[in-house]
Amino acid sequence: MNKRSFLLALAALPAWRALGAAPLGPGAPSAPAAAGAPVAARPGPVVFAPVLRGRPLFFPRDHGAHPDFRTEWWYATGWLQLPDGSPLGFQTTFFRVRTGAGEGNPSSFAPRQLILAHAAIADPRLGRLRHDQRAARVLGGANATSAAGAGYSSARTDVHVGDWSFRQTDDSGRRYRAEVTAEGFSYALNLAADAPPMLNGEGGFSRKAADPKHASYYYSRPQLQVSGTLVLDGRTLPVSGRAWLDHEWSSELLPEAAQGWDWIGLNFDDGSALMAFRLRGREQATAGRGKSDAALSVATAGEALPAQAEALWAAATLRHADAALEILSPQAVAFTALRRWRSPRTGVDYPVEWQVRAGARRLHLQPLIDDQELDSRRSTGALYWEGAVRVSEGGREIGRGYLEMTGYSEKIKVG
Amino acid sequence: MSLAKVFLGSLARRRAVTAFSFAAIVLGVSLGMAVQAVHEAALAEFGRGLRTMAGEADLQVVGGRVGFDESVYGLVAGQTDVAAASPVIELEARLAGRKETVQVLGVDLFALARVTPALLPRPQAVAGKEPEPLAALADDTAFLGAAAQTALGVKPGEVLRIQAGVEVLPLRVAGDLPGMAENPRLVVMDIAAVQQQFLRIGRLSRVDLRLREGVSPEAVRARLQALLPAGVLVEAPQAAENQAANLSRAYRVNLTLLAAMALVTGGFLVFSAQALSVVRRRTEFAFLRAIGLDRRRLFSWLLAEGALVGLAGGIVGAALGYALASVMLSVLGGDLGAGYFAGLTPQLHFQPEMSALYVVLGVAAGIGGAWLPAREAATVSPARALKAGDEAALMQGRGHPLLGVALLAASLAACAIPPLGELPLGGYLAVLLLLAGSILLLPLAAGALARHLPLRGAVPGRLAVARLRAAPGHAVVAAAGVLTSVALAVAMAIMVTSFRDSVNQWLDQVLSADVYLRAGTAAGGAYLDDDLQQRILAQPGVAEVDFTRIESLRLQAGQVPVALIARPVIPDGRELALVGPTQPGGGADHLPDVWASEAVRDLYGWRTGQRVEVPLGGRLVPMHVAGIWRDYSRQTGTLMIDLKVYRELTGDRLVNEAGIHLGPGGDAAAIAKTLLDSVAPGALEAALPGEIRAISLRIFDRTFAVTYLLEAVAVLIGLAGVAASFAALAAARRREFGMLRHLGLTRRQVGWMLAAEGALAAGVGVLGGLVAGGAIGLVLIEVVNRQSFHWSMDLHVPWVSLAVFASGLVALAALAAVLAGRQAMRQEAVLAVREDW
Repeated sequence: MNKRSFLLALAALPAWRALGAAPLGPGAPSAPAAAGAPVAARPGPVVFAPVLRGRPLFFPRDHGAHPDFRTEWWYATGWLQLPDGSPLGFQTTFFRVRTGAGEGNPSSFAPRQLILAHAAIADPRLGRLRHDQRAARVLGGANATSAAGAGYSSARTDVHVGDWSFRQTDDSGRRYRAEVTAEGFSYALNLAADAPPMLNGEGGFSRKAADPKHASYYYSRPQLQVSGTLVLDGRTLPVSGRAWLDHEWSSELLPEAAQGWDWIGLNFDDGSALMAFRLRGREQATAGRGKSDAALSVATAGEALPAQAEALWAAATLRHADAALEILSPQAVAFTALRRWRSPRTGVDYPVEWQVRAGARRLHLQPLIDDQELDSRRSTGALYWEGAVRVSEGGREIGRGYLEMTGYSEKIKVG
Repeated sequence: MSLAKVFLGSLARRRAVTAFSFAAIVLGVSLGMAVQAVHEAALAEFGRGLRTMAGEADLQVVGGRVGFDESVYGLVAGQTDVAAASPVIELEARLAGRKETVQVLGVDLFALARVTPALLPRPQAVAGKEPEPLAALADDTAFLGAAAQTALGVKPGEVLRIQAGVEVLPLRVAGDLPGMAENPRLVVMDIAAVQQQFLRIGRLSRVDLRLREGVSPEAVRARLQALLPAGVLVEAPQAAENQAANLSRAYRVNLTLLAAMALVTGGFLVFSAQALSVVRRRTEFAFLRAIGLDRRRLFSWLLAEGALVGLAGGIVGAALGYALASVMLSVLGGDLGAGYFAGLTPQLHFQPEMSALYVVLGVAAGIGGAWLPAREAATVSPARALKAGDEAALMQGRGHPLLGVALLAASLAACAIPPLGELPLGGYLAVLLLLAGSILLLPLAAGALARHLPLRGAVPGRLAVARLRAAPGHAVVAAAGVLTSVALAVAMAIMVTSFRDSVNQWLDQVLSADVYLRAGTAAGGAYLDDDLQQRILAQPGVAEVDFTRIESLRLQAGQVPVALIARPVIPDGRELALVGPTQPGGGADHLPDVWASEAVRDLYGWRTGQRVEVPLGGRLVPMHVAGIWRDYSRQTGTLMIDLKVYRELTGDRLVNEAGIHLGPGGDAAAIAKTLLDSVAPGALEAALPGEIRAISLRIFDRTFAVTYLLEAVAVLIGLAGVAASFAALAAARRREFGMLRHLGLTRRQVGWMLAAEGALAAGVGVLGGLVAGGAIGLVLIEVVNRQSFHWSMDLHVPWVSLAVFASGLVALAALAAVLAGRQAMRQEAVLAVREDW
């Protein structure tokens, strides 16, 4: 989902901000080569592959990386259960970024492709996230296979940075393994899908704005069965649960007016699943700020914060238990904030409880814990909320999933 | 009874003499202090820079200047003990069209964060636009800390032009380095950009490693080292700091030693002043003893006199030392002009321990100088001392000639002591023993001289000789100081002259071509590529070109890299400044010849004819040591091999310099101009051998400027010693002068007599100093220099300058004696005689 390109923007990388502004790297109006000939021949501006409507997705090929496109990610989120029955949330994200820099450079360090990864565990006993990140350029030459480097496969899901990896473990693309060794936690999780990929938008062509050039190729793998081990504070624990995988790639994702987005991926207990997102324009970002908690305690639809009604774009995919897909129009999707939580660390307000309307469904989202803010501004520059949520409908819990909210900080600045 | 007034007050009564002693101690302390303070400041700054740059790295993988193959990065980064690895390519590059160089670091910003975060670049807004997030990855951007932006005169958004090869590389300044704000010459770029722009594709200079928690760097170091190709070493980050300290330590210790000699001379001055003063106050002391002052207290009080002068001199000297240090720093730089710490701007900091140490040294010089006279005064029985006219008893006898000879013999043995921790401590010990031995032999020498001087000629001269015969003690006291300072000055003069002449000859031998071309400094980013080499060869009038590649190799962990010079070498090596026998031809196995400099012989034990292994192109290449040669331009070792061999082994076609030999009709200036005009302005430098020689000698002279200063100071101290002892003596000899006047001598004649006495005393000292200085000079050349710099040199004695110096010093001493005695001479003769009765 588009959520992730936000992270990229903050990770000192191009994304939406760079689109409207200066062209990247070598194409930029660079220093006049007055004194002396330029040492290296300058390539022309980098052309990123466009996302075109009607290009069908082919599997298993499209499980692999698409290095001609600017950005791509594999994004696994889900709920885990410890042996004692207590729940945890987890997130494993791998980004591939084509920077546009170093395209004509024969150096094996040429920074054409970068891999960035984020991992987090939402631990109710801790009351906040444990998280860590890695970033590296994809090396060529003698170091292409170095254990220290980063890399991806174009043939199958296989992406790694250092000793973190997310890999497809079978040829058909139904099984994956995520391995992360981070500061304070580590895990190795096997994820298994029981159904073919869920294509979002028009057969995987997912629009992000009225202008169809802002679009991505996007499919999801809901209802993944998870098993594996988790190491927390030095204790190794067997875990199991249910997860969600997104794989998305694009070159010009977001319209410039976008300030942030809200995204959900929900696994319902009856086997059905829902992906929904909306893009918020700039004025919406601060609309609800400063409202008293009293106003938010009313958990009924229609009484929520008025300024949030309009979205730049919205979309949803509902997969029924019988695997039939229902693609919802932007008008059929509405996000309504019910309760806000202010981060004591950053002072940013996040709506952590939501009413989501998707077609005829009215879903109520409640977080596993309020504090699932991910602040890595000091390293990659990202500040967002990514967390495990419970879903209820008509007062009854019907499933679990993940919620992501970006663009709520007023200071989305490169560190 | 206020004894303080009696003793310490006496210092005030003989103000001039006290002032001389005080000044000598001030000079010794301040010089030592200044040299030390400057060096500490420079080293601290150098170390701080290194530490910031090393960040949290536990180990560093390093190679020579060419670096090593980049596959080493993947190899070490993949090891389980390594938590994070940061590859770095580093080079020195010249600013386009300017003399200054900058340090260019190519880094992988993703790897930096966990190892050396201080190097992280920060994109900055330019002209109101948002900072470019990608700027740090672009191939045409550079990041400079605030100090570097100021020093190089560029701001974000502007263009920094540096030289890559003979081309000019324009770089956009895209931001700063928050962690390196104070470094004035650091330029950070993306690693891939540096590899591409400076033709270093596939090469790395360094990999900084952070290890997993709990593993021992020493154990990992050994494990990693086993994996690495030849010539690539694993070192702790502090190793570079130690190497820099080692490099300059010998130089610093030499300077400090000179300062110590000034201090010793100061101690002699206190000695001569006290010795004479004690004689003059004999009656006074006898009275004090008679009324109950015991021996020990008299001794302590006399020591206190010396200690007070030493303390005052120490405190003022330490303060002056700091002032001197700040002047030296701003004028000569952190290495006092020796070139070890280029580009540093060290800050002087007050160091209480060091200052206290130097004050204590001043006090020690004062007490040491006062010791013997005090002991002598305390041992004399009051009854005998109360008898008048016993002054001549001073320093009677023959001294301790046997001990003196023993010390001289010991100094010979000390020369054989091998260097300890690269310091020529044996040499220094020999110098001290030589000095002490000569001083102990001085009375003997004075006696011998007096016996051989004829008692003829004018009355004043005869009187002076007679006095030297009868009472050599006075002269010896004055001569001891002269000997010390002359010995020091002569030794330095001989050493520096020998060195300079040897360098001069060496330059003749080394600079055999008609014109030299080079691309900036040899240190890094500048080179002549294949194309330019062909163009040079194609110039009309060019007969032959010695293309020279200058690189560096690591032969051993913990050691500074040795230089590798690859150039066409005549098979028998006759162009080199050879030392000792040669065995060219590759030995029995017909290996490639390598010519090692003296430092390589001393540091790595290489001998002519030996089979050695040289890490080249990532593997150990067996080679044959064809001979040892002199390299005055590098003290850490140089290997020279034939360019053809180098190219076969490494595939590296670049060169740094070209020595052009002209054919018939070749015009050096015209060829240089054509080539210079064919590249960007300032990218190439051309120099004629004469210019290079002049520059080299200028650098040499600047390096030794400080030693000249110290020499001058030492001589001044020696002269002050003569003046001081004669001032004291003259006061004591008022009765004698009165008597001479009664006998009919004119004042002028008394003045001549004093002049002759001064000249004689100084002459004894100067003669002793010349002999001792010659010996010390030999020790400096053969032991100290060899052990600390690994340079041999041919002995050249500057006879003429030494003769001028010696006679000038004797004349000055005569003048000083007259001036010092003038006050006593002025007194009415009758009054002076009457005083006694």
